Amino acid sequence: MPFLVLGIVTLAFLLTTVTKGDPLTAIVSDRQMNDPVAVAAAKARWGLDRSLPERYVIYVGNLLTGDMGTSFITRRPVAQDVFFRLPATMELVLAAMLIGSTIGITLGVLAAYFRNTVIDHAARFFALFGSSIPVFWLGLALLYVFSVKWGILPGPGRLDPRATPPPSVTGFMTIDTLIAGNMKLFLDALWHLILPAFVLGWAVAGTISRLVRANMLEVLDREFILTARAKGAGELRVVVRHALRNTLVPTLTVIGYSFAYLLTGAVLTETIFSWPGMGSYAVEAARGLDFPAIIGVTIVGGVVFLLTNLITDIAYVIANPRVRLG
Amino acid sequence: MQQEPLFAVRDLRVSFTRHGQSFKAVRGISLHVDHGEVLGIVGESGSGKSVGMLSALGLQPKTASVSGSARFNGRELVGMPMAQLRALRGSRIAMIFQDPLSSLNPVMTVGAQIAETIRLHNAGVSKRAAMDRAAELLALVAIPQPDRRIHQFPHEFSGGMRQRVMIAMAVANDPDLLIADEPTTALDVTVQAQIMDVLTDLRRRLNLGLILITHDLGVLAGHADRVAVVYSGEVVEQANVDALFARPAHPYTRGLIASIPNMAEEKERLFSIDGAPPPLGKLPGGCAFHPRCPQAQDICRHVPPPVRSNGDHRAACHFATLPVGSAA
Ligand SMILES: Nc1ncnc2c1ncn2[C@@H]1O[C@H](COP(=O)(O)OP(=O)(O)OP(=O)(O)O)[C@@H](O)[C@H]1O
Ligand code: SF4
Ligand SMILES: [Mg+2]
Repeated sequence: MPFLVLGIVTLAFLLTTVTKGDPLTAIVSDRQMNDPVAVAAAKARWGLDRSLPERYVIYVGNLLTGDMGTSFITRRPVAQDVFFRLPATMELVLAAMLIGSTIGITLGVLAAYFRNTVIDHAARFFALFGSSIPVFWLGLALLYVFSVKWGILPGPGRLDPRATPPPSVTGFMTIDTLIAGNMKLFLDALWHLILPAFVLGWAVAGTISRLVRANMLEVLDREFILTARAKGAGELRVVVRHALRNTLVPTLTVIGYSFAYLLTGAVLTETIFSWPGMGSYAVEAARGLDFPAIIGVTIVGGVVFLLTNLITDIAYVIANPRVRLG
Repeated sequence: MQQEPLFAVRDLRVSFTRHGQSFKAVRGISLHVDHGEVLGIVGESGSGKSVGMLSALGLQPKTASVSGSARFNGRELVGMPMAQLRALRGSRIAMIFQDPLSSLNPVMTVGAQIAETIRLHNAGVSKRAAMDRAAELLALVAIPQPDRRIHQFPHEFSGGMRQRVMIAMAVANDPDLLIADEPTTALDVTVQAQIMDVLTDLRRRLNLGLILITHDLGVLAGHADRVAVVYSGEVVEQANVDALFARPAHPYTRGLIASIPNMAEEKERLFSIDGAPPPLGKLPGGCAFHPRCPQAQDICRHVPPPVRSNGDHRAACHFATLPVGSAA
């Protein structure tokens, strides 16, 4: 794990050096560009006059103390920016994961149980639609229909723009509003979360439902399903307790791995829904050649990704008695 | 007036529709079993033994259509509402299958699986009490250290032990009827005998009606009271076990007996059955067995044989060797 993290850091660092963009353009205004003194001063100020290995060693050293450098654009420490924005992304991604897996598992189970019927075909269509329509298109379309046209769901943002946000404790708006004991604000936060989370979750719902369907088809044909029915178990129990329980391991795995997709998908979703998370931060950073911010976002994203894979592996062991005992 | 038997199947038919064509897997079987009695059902692979018994309990595949009658304790099972059928399954009628590993849920402990059977039919029983009872049941089928074993998963048991678990689960609610579908086929010869002993012992102790499905007629010799011989979805002969072995009336039964290894040594070798059973879609006319029957005559190719009976002994063959033949 520590080696993997160091690998990510190195890679993120090197990637920025191979890009064509000159970070100076982000720091120094066009007019000052012609002034060698100003340019030299800026270079020294941001450490750009040092050699690459020197910069790398300094960066890693600073990173160990939690210092990710200063953003060219916001002129605030990157670590601080990330610290404020990461919870917003996590809230969005976790909600998307919850919605995506709930829809995906339900559809997958129904499609397998009612194989080759209208229900199966409808589920397949829904899955295909979700994973083939680009997130930004889906986001804009749904935002237009539900928010602009019908007005049943709120517009972009995490809260009503007129509302005063609760004091930030966890950074999760839904949790912070609850901590503040403001029920009205909590519902508002939840209300704002639904559409972006659904847009982001739809695509993974498709992937999950296809996998769950395939696994359920296989399990439903196994003999212990017949045993369960012969015991007098009802269909719901047969499907959930006996069949679905046996697809838990691959299902958890695909949900865990869908996290990577959700993180990348969050970039576009956040941009469309003005969600102040890592995704929109990354877009701004990339646009402004804000190298410290880009490196910081890449590292944090990579570490989050590693952590979810670790959690997936742990869940795999817990869900699989054969691995646990063997 | 004779009392109705515990379980009586009359003219049960099961067909599958595949690509618009109908395949008859079970073509009118009739049989019955009483409390404390062991009925053996023997027949080659694909003859419809499993599908027939499953269909009687409403457990047929979704693509099957079932007609005829299967009465249990005087109640008709064919067409019975699902909720009522479920109340009988696992409670009054239990079933065990061929492969005890795939028949058990791999991600549930055996104790939890037995306890589930108990709690499904006894709403008031706590999880604790059901687990205690599960341990008792494991002891009943002679599994050592039952208190420890209930917390283990199926893959931690040997084949024979798994089948004992299946049996324990089957008798958990003290059923009246147990249908065992090839319970020993997947097991070693020595273990087979042990499992048969467990089953026949339970039959006596619990006064079970036991239906023993097998394709090995030899297994039935020491364990069944009566035997039904099935060929291509029909019962071709049905008799008391001693009468069947001593005076088989149907050429197919004689072939089956002749192909039991140690039986063939004792008796003079009659013949063994050549060829394979006909595919479902292409049943021959007349007697379904005629392409493989050494005694087939012209009439066999055109006229389906009637069922002849002599008391309890029935056979469907134009030339059935029953002492006093009478068409029924
Ligand atoms: N789901 C199904 N769809 C179509 N046909 C089926 C289905 N299940 C069984 N059959 C057919 O029904 C016939 C009877 O099958 P069944 O399983 O009852 O045979 P069996 O006598 O139990 O054989 P075995 O000794 O192999 O268990 C077979 O020809 C089989 O191909
Ligand atoms: S009816 Fe004819 S073909 Fe059929 S078993 Fe009897 S003798 Fe053989
Ligand atoms: Mg079978």
